[in-house]
Amino acid sequence: MAMAAEDIEALIRAALPDAQVTITDLAGDGDHYAAHVVSAAFAGKPRVAQHKLVYEALGGRMGGVLHALQLTTAVPN
Amino acid sequence: MSDAHSRIGDIVNNNDIVLFMKGTPLFPQCGFSNLATRILEHLGVDYESVDVLQDMEIRQGIKSFSDWPTIPQLYVKGEFVGGSDIMKEMYEAGELHQLMADVGIAPKG
Repeated sequence: MAMAAEDIEALIRAALPDAQVTITDLAGDGDHYAAHVVSAAFAGKPRVAQHKLVYEALGGRMGGVLHALQLTTAVPN
Repeated sequence: MSDAHSRIGDIVNNNDIVLFMKGTPLFPQCGFSNLATRILEHLGVDYESVDVLQDMEIRQGIKSFSDWPTIPQLYVKGEFVGGSDIMKEMYEAGELHQLMADVGIAPKG
């Protein structure tokens, strides 16, 4: 099972409207992605909480359809 | 609390560092689990590993126990630290070394 990069980005932006989302298709197979998400919603939150916000945005797909998504998060400068 | 949660609670409370992973440190069965073991080896700390592929109850239970959807998962002194992405970020920032020092875990000699 795979998921298109634009669908991943759309789900994240639906939950975190200010997010800048950069998705890299690591293997060119539409299945192994790296996502870098920058959002003011992460301010003051520990990394685990930041990643959980993104996982919640993905609505249960993480670990299922999306088994190989590397995630990094940051607050805007 | 379910049986799985009480078993996981015992594991994380009875071991200073626990990595829930797919496979074993010698034979990781997933790239993310492999990365997590390599980070712990670079830190030079002793750790306990739990192969979730050998235990369906823990494989499912760990996700709700930690409220975290993926494996590997690292626990230090009973506290959830994160998965392999967070371990990598913390390692590169020197934060994982600091965490070990803060909780009094020294690299093995």
